[in-house]
Amino acid sequence: MSLTRIYGLFLRHFYLITRSFPRILDLVYWPTIQITLWGFISNFFATHTTYYNNAVGVILTCAILYDFLFRTSIGFNMLFLEEIWSRNFTNLFIAPMKIGEILTSLVITALIRSLIGLVPAVLLTSPLFGISILELGIFLFFLFLSLYIFGITLGILVSSGLLRFGPSFENIAWSTMFLLAPFGCIYYPIETLPEVFQKIAYILPLVYIFEEARNILINQTVDIENIYNAFIWNALYFTLSIILFYYSFNAAKNRGTLINMGE
Amino acid sequence: MKNLIEVKNIKKNYGKKEAVKGISFNVQENEILGLLGPNGSGKTTTIGMLLGLLKPTSGQILINNLKLENHRIEILEMINFISPYIELPKKLTVKQNLNVYAKLYKVQNIKERIEYLSEKLRIEELLDSITGELSSGQKNRVSLAKALINEPRVLLLDEPTASLDPEVGDFVRTFLEEYKKEKKISVLLASHNMSEVTRLCKSVLMMKNGEIIDQGTPDDLITKHGRTNLEEVFLKLSRSQSEFN
Repeated sequence: MSLTRIYGLFLRHFYLITRSFPRILDLVYWPTIQITLWGFISNFFATHTTYYNNAVGVILTCAILYDFLFRTSIGFNMLFLEEIWSRNFTNLFIAPMKIGEILTSLVITALIRSLIGLVPAVLLTSPLFGISILELGIFLFFLFLSLYIFGITLGILVSSGLLRFGPSFENIAWSTMFLLAPFGCIYYPIETLPEVFQKIAYILPLVYIFEEARNILINQTVDIENIYNAFIWNALYFTLSIILFYYSFNAAKNRGTLINMGE
Repeated sequence: MKNLIEVKNIKKNYGKKEAVKGISFNVQENEILGLLGPNGSGKTTTIGMLLGLLKPTSGQILINNLKLENHRIEILEMINFISPYIELPKKLTVKQNLNVYAKLYKVQNIKERIEYLSEKLRIEELLDSITGELSSGQKNRVSLAKALINEPRVLLLDEPTASLDPEVGDFVRTFLEEYKKEKKISVLLASHNMSEVTRLCKSVLMMKNGEIIDQGTPDDLITKHGRTNLEEVFLKLSRSQSEFN
């Protein structure tokens, strides 16, 4: 692994972000809109339902966590798609970069992109709604880490599809998160889902993360098993995504996708 | 003279379709080899295999005596490529793009290398310009700077002067001739510009339907086929082969 190359590819995307105000705006705009919108929805729930004692805090915290996951996954896909759209894909894959170096660089860049969006959103929740996500305490770090790993995993899976099938796979990149959201139990307990859906939800790390966030905020207790289960499933899916990425890279070399990418 | 590129009986099949049918050739140090052929003859597939973007169905590629399948990274460090069909990120400045690729190729003295190439390729005044806002000729010279950023020993050129005006085209050809002579690099040039091939190439491979149908120096091929220039040879070979297929 070469830090210079990893840094080099990071620079390629960092330069792009700093040179483009719409890109910076895009990073900040959607999380802010999302948080504001959900803040108002949460306020509505707070006055019309007794389901949660502290509905604003719970729903808004889950909205921030989900948005972080969404930003991480889409951010990773965007980095890959940028290379295809700019017709730079071939240049990148004929550079002497190991697959591990490419992935590491994209993983770091995706994290920075997500944090750029997350920080303003977190800061806004306090003055606007009197809520601080920091109420989740030290376990907030583990929840974010778990979401980040899952977001990156989804990003790698989609990028594998782009490598294998070419730009036609792009639409899948945008819909992944929306497809998984109902099973993630982001805003409601898992018992809300039909039994069949519950079985699917239990093999995703999301349900453990959001159940635990609600558990901490509502019951003021910590269930380590939820955090542990989330990491176990994350480890499994992350490993599978890496294996699939290498497989797709080799398949692309056989099928010629790498040389026709962007056409 | 040492062979920097050795291609041994490589084939590439896409399912039942044979894109390249067992071709072999060498490119020596300080040599420019022309790769000619009509569209779909297998030139791009051959270049793709040399760049490691495509896996040959069978056969072997050696660059500087290293097997490509076992030494992909070492080989990519000493090779580079230019094509009008690939571009550098448009929103970055020229200097940022060159800096990124210098890092990817682990160039040691990045500043000096960019200064050297900028001067040689007359792009000093473009360094702070946005790459996407450059003219075709300017973009071509910037892409060439990127292709030379790692001081490659092997350069693969796919239509390097396509869509350039005669003045810029001539500048690029002169630059390539001088650079090859100075650095003793090996160049594989795929082009449809026959005067360019005649001027730059020591020898030429003619491809058709995934096979090498003839080869030799431009002068030998012109004499052998009783024509007055390479373009006529190209047309004769393309058409005569078509009659058989």
